[in-house]
Amino acid sequence: MYLQLIALQSIVRREIVRFLRIWVQTLLPPVITQTLYFVIFGTFIGSQLREINGVSYMAFIVPGLVMMAVINSSFSNVVSSFFGSKFQRNLEEMLVAPVKPWVMIWGFISGGILRGLLVGLLVFFISFFFTWPSIHNFGIILLFIVLTAVLFSMGGMVNGIFAKKFDDVQIFPTFVLIPLTYFGGVFYSIKDLPEFWQTVSQFNPVLYMVDGFRYGFYGFSDVNIWFSIFILIAFTLIVGIINAYLIRKGIGLKS
Amino acid sequence: MNMEAIKIENLKKIYKGGTHALKGIDLQVGTGDFFALLGANGAGKTTIIGILTGTVNKTGGKAFIHGMDIDKVHDTIKRDVGIVPQEFNFNIFEKVEDIVVTQAGFYGLKRHEALKRAEKILKDLNLWDKRHQKSMSLSGGMKRRLMIARALIHEPKLLILDEPTAGVDVELRHGMWEYLTELNKSGVTILLTTHYIEEAEQLCRNVAIIKEGEIVKTGSVKELLTTIDKQTYVVEVDQIASHVKLDDFKWSVLDDRTVEVEVDQKKTLNNFITCLDKEGILVRDLRPKGNRLEKLFLNILNS
Repeated sequence: MYLQLIALQSIVRREIVRFLRIWVQTLLPPVITQTLYFVIFGTFIGSQLREINGVSYMAFIVPGLVMMAVINSSFSNVVSSFFGSKFQRNLEEMLVAPVKPWVMIWGFISGGILRGLLVGLLVFFISFFFTWPSIHNFGIILLFIVLTAVLFSMGGMVNGIFAKKFDDVQIFPTFVLIPLTYFGGVFYSIKDLPEFWQTVSQFNPVLYMVDGFRYGFYGFSDVNIWFSIFILIAFTLIVGIINAYLIRKGIGLKS
Repeated sequence: MNMEAIKIENLKKIYKGGTHALKGIDLQVGTGDFFALLGANGAGKTTIIGILTGTVNKTGGKAFIHGMDIDKVHDTIKRDVGIVPQEFNFNIFEKVEDIVVTQAGFYGLKRHEALKRAEKILKDLNLWDKRHQKSMSLSGGMKRRLMIARALIHEPKLLILDEPTAGVDVELRHGMWEYLTELNKSGVTILLTTHYIEEAEQLCRNVAIIKEGEIVKTGSVKELLTTIDKQTYVVEVDQIASHVKLDDFKWSVLDDRTVEVEVDQKKTLNNFITCLDKEGILVRDLRPKGNRLEKLFLNILNS
């Protein structure tokens, strides 16, 4: 067990060094993108919109934009790092060592979580230039942001395991993740949608993450907060089990 | 108890697509041995190594390292094994010292202990000055040495080297041979695959030749060399006269001062030299043509 903890520490350290070394690629772009959202959607367009549940449009989109940055950063960190290790074959460094599958999973995932949280924090600090979000329940905020980072880091791991070429690393984020995030209530309340689209939106798991996270700030939500927590935990567990199975079987790792 | 470092029984591997890479291999490598596994490209050498080190799943058979079954206690076994793969497989963006120290962490070594060991190994392998450089900036030879340093950081009892000197210049290759010989003398069992047959003959005590997924010859290097029934020598002489007759030998003239002669095991070189002497021809130099083990290897591959 002690050996495994040191191995975990080594992987996490390497992951942190990696994303900090290439901070221009890993930390800066999401901060710039979200700043543009604050300026364009929050300031230019938001100033012409009504308040939502008593908060300004700018304040309304802050949690969603933070969550969007966390989702993308966590996912892309793990998928790129894991696929990169596979592509360069330095993943074999771990496979030939007595590193347990769960240590490998949590090593890479921890990197994704930490980068996601760091980017989320940076975006949150940027939001102070535009508005001053209130905090309704810090525990809920923490629960949602951490579990979302865990979930999407693990998602990135699954993508990384199955990716065989660099194109495969981009397919899921481009065609699935980004649409789900945009339609996940980042920029609007689903209660403002026609009933049909409200129903459709409820099949989007990202909605529950954004909505629950926003609840932590302002105390209102479009979906029952307990249901959101349930969905988040359920998805995290499912993707976690998939990860453990894939690594244990060596799928995508061993020939 | 002096058990085998490696024991393989009926090992089979069928890759997706149906390639039979290993067709039921049996192999034993004694503890403390310096063992060569020779074979052409695609013969199955790297597959055996992959199975032993846990990067390839076997299809059938058994493999034991230091008496332990890889199916049961592979994690325990891995602590005793160091591997130098055929291809460079470290992160090219990482620094030399980080690569070695991180690898130590995978074996449970605390960072301060790993740093100490890394210093010693990197100094031994003349990489200490490069420790803060990114691995991508190293020369081919340095990258090879880095792979060896990484494989040794946890002080394994068994070191597996998959063509470690491929693409390394002659001087460096000899330096690596010396290092590996010393390592073997210190008690580390070494399993080596190589394309340089001369390397195997020089370094190894025992050898196995693998062909198309099957072990076709195994034994001590000396023993195998005695199975060669003919040996060709290149002989430099002071003159070649057309009237010379050496009917007992198969020989040919390469140029006016060089002949090539095939000597079978029943005869000795003394016979040949005596024949030349009778003809008044002086021998100025004599050397084997090519490497003996290489000849045996080629004979087996072509059979």
